[in-house]
Amino acid sequence: MAHAYTPGLKVMPCTRLVKKRLLPIPGKVLAALGQQVDSLDIVAQTELPGKVFSVNVANRLSVGPEEIQGYMLKKEGEAVKQGEILAENKPFLKWFKTSVESPVSGTVESVSFITGQVLLREPPKVLPIKAYVKGKVVEVTPNFGVAIEAEGTFIQGIFGVGGETNGEIAVAVASPDEDLQPEAIKEIHKGKIVIGGRHASLATIKRAVEMGVNAIVVGGIHDRDLRELLGYDIGVAVTGNEQLGVTVIVTEGFGAIPMAEYTFKLISSRNGENASVSGATQIRAGVMRPEIIVPGFPKNVTECKKDQGRGWIEPGDPIRIIREPHFGVIGTVKSLPPELTVIGSESHARVLEVTLDGGEVIVVPRANIEVLEK
Amino acid sequence: MSNKDLEVIIATDCGSTTTKAILIEKKGDTYRQTFRGEAPTTVEAPFEDVTKGVLNSITEVEELSGRKILDGERIITPNNGNVGADIYVSTSSAGGGLQMMVAGAVKAMTGESAQRCALGAGAIVMDVLASNDGRADHEKIERIRQLRPDMMLLSGGTDGGTITHVVELAQFLKAADPKPRLGASYKLPVIYAGNNKAHDQIKAILGDTTALIITENLRPSLERENLMPARHKIHDIFLEHVMQQAPGYPRLMKMVGAPIMPTPAAVGTMTEKFAKANKFNVLAVDIGGATTDVFSVFSEVFNRTVSANLGMSYSISNVMAEAGLANILRWLPFDIEEQDLRNRLKNKMIRPTTIPQTVEDLQIEHAVSREALRLAFDQHKALAVGLKGVQQERSISDAFDQTSSGASLINVMRLDYVIGSGGILAHSPRRTQSMLMMIDAYQPEGVTRMAVDSIFMMPHLGVLAQISEKAALDVFYHDCLVRMGTCLAPKGLAKEGQLIMEWEVTGSDGSRQAGELRFGDIIHVPFAAPKAKLVAKPVKGFDMGAGSGNRVEADIEGGVVGLVLDGRGRPFNLAKDPSKRRDDLNKWYKAMSMYPL
Repeated sequence: MAHAYTPGLKVMPCTRLVKKRLLPIPGKVLAALGQQVDSLDIVAQTELPGKVFSVNVANRLSVGPEEIQGYMLKKEGEAVKQGEILAENKPFLKWFKTSVESPVSGTVESVSFITGQVLLREPPKVLPIKAYVKGKVVEVTPNFGVAIEAEGTFIQGIFGVGGETNGEIAVAVASPDEDLQPEAIKEIHKGKIVIGGRHASLATIKRAVEMGVNAIVVGGIHDRDLRELLGYDIGVAVTGNEQLGVTVIVTEGFGAIPMAEYTFKLISSRNGENASVSGATQIRAGVMRPEIIVPGFPKNVTECKKDQGRGWIEPGDPIRIIREPHFGVIGTVKSLPPELTVIGSESHARVLEVTLDGGEVIVVPRANIEVLEK
Repeated sequence: MSNKDLEVIIATDCGSTTTKAILIEKKGDTYRQTFRGEAPTTVEAPFEDVTKGVLNSITEVEELSGRKILDGERIITPNNGNVGADIYVSTSSAGGGLQMMVAGAVKAMTGESAQRCALGAGAIVMDVLASNDGRADHEKIERIRQLRPDMMLLSGGTDGGTITHVVELAQFLKAADPKPRLGASYKLPVIYAGNNKAHDQIKAILGDTTALIITENLRPSLERENLMPARHKIHDIFLEHVMQQAPGYPRLMKMVGAPIMPTPAAVGTMTEKFAKANKFNVLAVDIGGATTDVFSVFSEVFNRTVSANLGMSYSISNVMAEAGLANILRWLPFDIEEQDLRNRLKNKMIRPTTIPQTVEDLQIEHAVSREALRLAFDQHKALAVGLKGVQQERSISDAFDQTSSGASLINVMRLDYVIGSGGILAHSPRRTQSMLMMIDAYQPEGVTRMAVDSIFMMPHLGVLAQISEKAALDVFYHDCLVRMGTCLAPKGLAKEGQLIMEWEVTGSDGSRQAGELRFGDIIHVPFAAPKAKLVAKPVKGFDMGAGSGNRVEADIEGGVVGLVLDGRGRPFNLAKDPSKRRDDLNKWYKAMSMYPL
């Protein structure tokens, strides 16, 4: 049977997945192999070296760099407090006395007699890494962290902003093609993951921040609203560190696009349960998509499959069209003609025939569809 | 092996997504590219071994050519009948290419020289640090700490001059304690190419904490730039440190018969060889999904820049951010809502492999491409300035002139040849689209020949040129370049409809075409003869390269597009009135038969 390779986003009622939780620099691993961890447990921790500040003592005292040794009150490695005197001159008249104070609390990192520069380092900052998902530690990377195996519902979005968070799933719309209106977000949604349908406007997202919502998940947002929210245009899709006050995940793309019905039904089936979500998206080099992970099985599922990642499509598969002129339309693969076909733009491309809901059959380049993985 | 023995060559380019293999065979006296194969690059999980993709791409060449090249995972050398190849060479940009951070004492002097040095070596420059870059010291230290380059190039000060600034930079570097991108356990390679008087101090500061390599100063005096020693060190470290850490590269290095080159360095080599062989001023561009590389050779001086976030898929949204929506909209011959355009471009960013299905969507991509090419060219012009490259003397006044005005070496009137590569230029449904996109982006003046590298073979040929320049140039002329033709663009401004030039072209096959060009028009003349003589007589106020109103005779090329007579004037500006602008665009696109009606 004809088939074609087309990556798709994962929407799985239950799967087993492994999450690596590693420190950026060596530190201490706090979880042991085989240990059960909760999403908020700290599994590894390290100290990030403090920020470095420089003070040019030679310039401040108007002496040569090689002379500052005689004026330094603090030595390399010594602790200093903000405002404490690092160096001072000893004039005959005290009116001419000049003191150089430390701009920060920390330690004296280095004193240079070539540049006259003194480098001060702030105390280290503790960097903890949370488990993020509920599961079992299946691998320990000494000094760096752990890998956690979790079992649960796994849904990938196409794009997100904001980092990792947790909370109870709260479905706030009746259907996947209903917009998530600002007034649908209420006080009871504080600390929750709010699920919308087709679209969230700028007002809705602002309302979510106001109400202390942890994350919202919708079909689409407008790029213009995202720009307004961030204050800048996202040029390259590497996200996850935005400080918006809420994590936003879109499942379909930019614009007002109903959430795929299957995705909506699956999330709805886990309404009221706790989920781990992340908006982090990276399209290049090690693709990362935003995700929603709900530990455990939906009620109607009895078996938890390992992700097989079939990676191709066949006639009968449900797909979503991801480019104009049919952007967002969902249909079923009718056939996969093997020959190159001239499309509207006059390019020669591999195509497929798609049967739409009403029975209409259209031709779409294979590059412009996404398989709806289940 | 002597070049005389080279009959069969296999070459690969390991790109970030695809590994492309080509087979080159000597046919009579000439080398020709005969077969090609490609396979997904296998640097990332689950494979984490670049050689898998290399072997897969070579296997495809084997299947197509019927030549047995592989014995298991080994390349059979030398060639014997229908078995083996005489040499295997490769380039690589997989895993993000070579990423560097550079530092210099003064941003516009040593900072800029260090940047040119790293770019010429094929690196992506993540940041340029300088004592006077406007950032507070702690911000510089934070920046060094955040970035994880493959290596760092530290320069600063002229030989024998003051050492204060460069020592200060070294101290910041030590305080930041940067980690290399690959291999958390090894020390970051730092190349020191600054004031030779500071060697002892630099060793004392960085000797223990980094893998320090000291080489000649890249700016030994204010008037002289000496980039080659540091560039060679960059290549050495690329091979010895960076490649050794990348998945599968130690094995790949054992397979090749010549050192692996970073892909952009190889493209640069090929551009230089082509320019030198023909005594041309050349501009070559490779516009990809994420980045746009620009190479130029003007008056024998080579320059390269990479615009790391200007591209047609992963970075498409950044083109919009940098160019501004208005600049993209200006190339569209129809109305579109700003919100719609924004969403379309963002949707391409998050689904970078989709392709335009409609003409309207294709025109939007072509509009973005013009702006990406233009912005990358602007960045190139800003860096390809003043200095006349390696070992070249200039006066002190030139050096100061460079910092203040940044006078570019790039002169579009003296530009002889433009080579485009990358999907949007090489695979446009109609070649006229590629040619007009480049004309609109670069606005060449006078006589300019244009071509595309249809399957991006320049990397393979650049690395091959290290072994055999003849083989590389043979394939470049016969199989790599798709000649599009020549653009004739008189420089000057006039009223619409006014006669600005009379022209006559006689092809080597005896074919003859002649006519008049009026201001505001584009004339497209299909003309395939590979060589032709042009006689152009611009009217007073218009220049074709010999001064205002002066007649020009020149050798030109026909090609798959032919001649494009661009009467839109230079500097070329689109009409401010939207409806006039759309009418003009429609007129020009129609003249070029750009899109289906």
